[in-house]
Amino acid sequence: MDHPEGLKYSKEHEWVRVEGDVAVIGITAHAQDALGDVVFVELPEVGASVSANEQFGTVESVKAVSELYAPVSGEVVEINEALADAPEIVNGEPHDGGWMIKVKLSDASELDQLMSAGDYADFLQD
Amino acid sequence: MAKKTVLNEAHRELGARMVDFAGFDMPVQYAGVTEEHHAVRSSAGLFDVSHMGEFFVEGPGAEALLQHATPNDVAKLKPGRAHYSSLLTEQATFVDDLLVYRLGPESFMVVVNASNVEKDWNWLAAARDRLAGDLPGEARMEDRSEATALLAIQGPRAVEALEACFEPEGEDGRKPSELKYYGLRVGGRVAGQPTTVISRTGYTGEDGFEIYMPVEGAVAAWQALLAHEAVSPAGLGARDTLRLECGMALYGNDIDDTTTPIEAGLKWTVKLGKGDFTGRDVLARQVEEGVSQTLTGLEITGRGIARHGHPVVRGGETVGRVTSGTRCPTVDKAVALAYLPPALAEPGTELAVDVRGREVSAVVVELPFYSRPK
Repeated sequence: MDHPEGLKYSKEHEWVRVEGDVAVIGITAHAQDALGDVVFVELPEVGASVSANEQFGTVESVKAVSELYAPVSGEVVEINEALADAPEIVNGEPHDGGWMIKVKLSDASELDQLMSAGDYADFLQD
Repeated sequence: MAKKTVLNEAHRELGARMVDFAGFDMPVQYAGVTEEHHAVRSSAGLFDVSHMGEFFVEGPGAEALLQHATPNDVAKLKPGRAHYSSLLTEQATFVDDLLVYRLGPESFMVVVNASNVEKDWNWLAAARDRLAGDLPGEARMEDRSEATALLAIQGPRAVEALEACFEPEGEDGRKPSELKYYGLRVGGRVAGQPTTVISRTGYTGEDGFEIYMPVEGAVAAWQALLAHEAVSPAGLGARDTLRLECGMALYGNDIDDTTTPIEAGLKWTVKLGKGDFTGRDVLARQVEEGVSQTLTGLEITGRGIARHGHPVVRGGETVGRVTSGTRCPTVDKAVALAYLPPALAEPGTELAVDVRGREVSAVVVELPFYSRPK
């Protein structure tokens, strides 16, 4: 399972790509594989606030419902509208086309709590 | 420690994701639920459902025992045919749903859900003991669940794939293609391996067969069927989406010891005219007076997916409950089965499902959600 360098990873299997003061957030290749075929993604509205380690949405596969936990805090500035009609993008391109929300970081130091790709790979081994 | 079917190693070699299901370590998916679902609808899928239970009931009292313990008419079931039925409590609620196979005049096979093998066995044995004096003779019961593997090959190309490795054996020279829907043949070889029964049955809404065989030959049969270019392995995940699209009930989700066949839309399995049987009085009353809840199809028109246990609401009031629901690949919609009062079960009725505190709109539709083009 490929988890790219340059992203930061949470223990809840979300990834963060930092673009200036904005964090792009999605679920990892490992998470989508564990879920199976994604059929529905429920995301917050633009303008909503999310808090680190708190639920911001849900992702549903054919068989199961999983909660999405925000790896960082801030205001939602954009959501991935494409997932409404094509949630399967999360399976096909979990680390790029399958991104879920963009958050304007309220506390950039929260990023320090997240793992590197190498640490995440080790975390998955444990 | 979960039990394993004889095909456990074969599943692992295929890269299956395994889950605990009814106490068995079973494959939930191989390539993915959606892909496997489409393969069954368009070509053929091969399922290991060896976790199911098989009871053999034989002797001069066998028919009378099953006639009393199940609501469908066993006297009308001819040798070489199977029918769908159930075991019911005195309150006519489900102990289990099952298939009854008539292998001969005094020989039956009863196929039950894996999670209920012990409960069903005890239920049927108690019925036999209770009836003993009233039966026209002995009804010998044998639980061959452990010794029997069950492969289901399902899809429009199932018949072609099965016949490619099938040889008749014994008096019955018929090939699988000569079996009618719910017809069966006793014996016959698949990939050279002896089978017990092959029936034209399934749980997917497609043409297909179920192959009951001694566990010893199951790996060879599995591999031979899978070697056919039309066939791919399919797991319990696809089995669930396939059966839901066809509106088929799943014990533990849609039917259980709180619901009856009349409420579950299975009146066609209840033969009130056949004489006394367990649960008959309640069923007769429900047919006469109507029921307070009926299993109904819902199409989810809002954004969300209804799941087992979600309340169905109307005007802020809970009016029913979802028993099964997911997004189904062939109809390409989120659908659900739900118990609703009959007055709200008319197609076109607009309702909502409470999905974790959020109301998602839904509309009542006719069952099944999908039926195979004729």
